[in-house]
Amino acid sequence: MADNKGVMICGEITEGKLAPITTELLSGGRKLADTLGGELSAVLIGSGIGDLATEAIAFGADKVYVVDDPLLADYRTDSYVAVMEKVVKEVSPNIVLMGQTAIGRDLAPRLAFRLDTAASMDCLDLSIDPDSKLLLQTRSVYGGNAMGTYVCEGTKPQIATVRAKAMDPMAKDDSRKGEVVTIDAGLDPSMIRTTVIDKVKEEVEGIKLEDAEVIVCGGRGMGSTEAFQELEALAKLLGAAVGATRPPCDNGWVPAAMQVGLTGKIVSPTLYIAVALSGASQHMAGCSGSKNIIAINKDADANIFNEARFGVVGDYKKVLPAFTKKVKELLAG
Amino acid sequence: MPNMIVCVKQIADPEAPAGSFRVDESANQVVPAPGVSQVVSPFDEQAVEAALRIKDAHGGTITAISLGKNFVMDVIKKPLSMGGDELVLLQDPAFEGADSRSTAYALAMAIKKVGEYDVIFCGRQAADWDAGQVGSGIAEFLGIPSVTVAKKVEFVDGKVKVERITSDGYEVIEVSTPALITISNELGEPRYPKLKGIMAAAKKEVPTWTAQDIGADASQLGTAGARIKLLKVFQPVKEGKCEIIEGESPEEAAANLALKLREAKLL
Ligand SMILES: Cc1cc2nc3c(=O)[nH]c(=O)nc-3n(C[C@H](O)[C@H](O)[C@H](O)COP(=O)(O)OP(=O)(O)OC[C@H]3O[C@@H](n4cnc5c(N)ncnc54)[C@H](O)[C@@H]3O)c2cc1C
Repeated sequence: MADNKGVMICGEITEGKLAPITTELLSGGRKLADTLGGELSAVLIGSGIGDLATEAIAFGADKVYVVDDPLLADYRTDSYVAVMEKVVKEVSPNIVLMGQTAIGRDLAPRLAFRLDTAASMDCLDLSIDPDSKLLLQTRSVYGGNAMGTYVCEGTKPQIATVRAKAMDPMAKDDSRKGEVVTIDAGLDPSMIRTTVIDKVKEEVEGIKLEDAEVIVCGGRGMGSTEAFQELEALAKLLGAAVGATRPPCDNGWVPAAMQVGLTGKIVSPTLYIAVALSGASQHMAGCSGSKNIIAINKDADANIFNEARFGVVGDYKKVLPAFTKKVKELLAG
Repeated sequence: MPNMIVCVKQIADPEAPAGSFRVDESANQVVPAPGVSQVVSPFDEQAVEAALRIKDAHGGTITAISLGKNFVMDVIKKPLSMGGDELVLLQDPAFEGADSRSTAYALAMAIKKVGEYDVIFCGRQAADWDAGQVGSGIAEFLGIPSVTVAKKVEFVDGKVKVERITSDGYEVIEVSTPALITISNELGEPRYPKLKGIMAAAKKEVPTWTAQDIGADASQLGTAGARIKLLKVFQPVKEGKCEIIEGESPEEAAANLALKLREAKLL
């Protein structure tokens, strides 16, 4: 085995900017690199990456490997795995971190298997074992009902994906110095076996769930599309985004992009108003980072009351209109 | 007509009430709660449904493969009762202690033994350990392309057209065959087995293959083939200190809640 050193993060770019997950990974990676006394590098893959390498340095990277090629404009499994395989073989990092995102979910396992090592997915905490100096990878398992801590003992690099918002980004420091290294993608187009023929946006209008400070979330108990319009009205008053548990999405009451949870959006607002949802672990996995959860549910035994700070036990059909009315009064001063 | 393979896992019902879940921290094990039933992992059922929709449109065959132990036949035969053609069980002490890699290796070897295939379907992740790696692993061992987290799969002119979910919508991807696709719940509800299907499935002989049957290299299986080790499993501590806001009527409780939020400077 080569002498693997340093921590590498695989950055993501959305609409020409570093995606939030990239700065989160840089901060998580920085801590690990400092603990180990090593270097933090970032890999930026895409087409037309421009100035983003400097930005990655300002957010904590010592070195940025830029792989810029028209063939990398879209994420495609074959091309991105091949590029990461090449970069990892050239740089020999000890640890590689990616986001638990549409890209990281797909890329991390295939890369790990290709390099004959392992990845652990959806980590919430990463630390260095003081004795073995190995990466302790703590991830959510059983739908968030439990956590598991894993270690990859015999192979390198140690690969992990990190859940969105699990790590706080550092403040940007434009005075930080770092090195930018260009790596040739070296791709043979014939080895890329998928083609992206269309990209469809289904983003819900208004504030993005991931960015919202206040969220109003409805569950199966809402019962219909119309009922969600009542939530919209409350959300409008509060400047909030509207989310949903999985059943309203599966039932077509609301778009799938509104799903909060393990396999939906990860949110961490100051105020999360949960209406007619039971608080299943897979849902809580997406919103347990909320600072204040408020529950409205007719079942006093619903799990959401174990997660909430304040709650009302009652039928939302009676509680919600009265709550919205009072909020309106209070906000009007 | 496409030959399809679907990998399915039997697990404890992942939607059992949160309160019923227990971990034995000293043994590093999840303790099955009494009365929680075994099910086919939900995303794997959707993977079966994805294959059935292609079969409805184009014909072909569907072979389900499941690696595990303590199989409950009524449960694990569900891919057959839904309309699948064959089911193969992989069971051998040599498979135990596997991580995603050694599981994927065993499934890939079994798929090679099945022989011809155009598309392999898996659920996006097993709803117990939630890793979501086995599908990609099978594709890597077989050297075929993979598309993960799909909500729609169609056969068009000998290629597979896949709608893959992204953070802000989905992308439409075309992939050559053979290919491996992992399926998410956005595909839609899996069909209910019909009585005829259940009866046929009950009668169907289901072979069990061992490590030897699939010609597996023992050093790649189970604990020996694993690259990652579980050090501990634990349950996060919940504080559970909800203040229930009361009132003479639901309306009054609601108004009191708003006042409380104002008091707590949350409004
Ligand atoms: C692998 C896996 C991944 C999953 N991923 C996700 C995910 O990302 N996000 C997600 O949300 N779920 C996810 N789920 C599903 C999850 O397990 C639950 O099934 C789901 O969250 C339940 O949604 P719910 O709380 O809206 O519905 P239910 O559990 O049915 O709860 C409805 C609640 O509404 C209350 N209610 C009904 N009527 C009223 C009324 N009139 N007034 C007041 N209260 C009322 C009831 O008391 C009940 O508590 C996943 C499941 C699996 C297996």
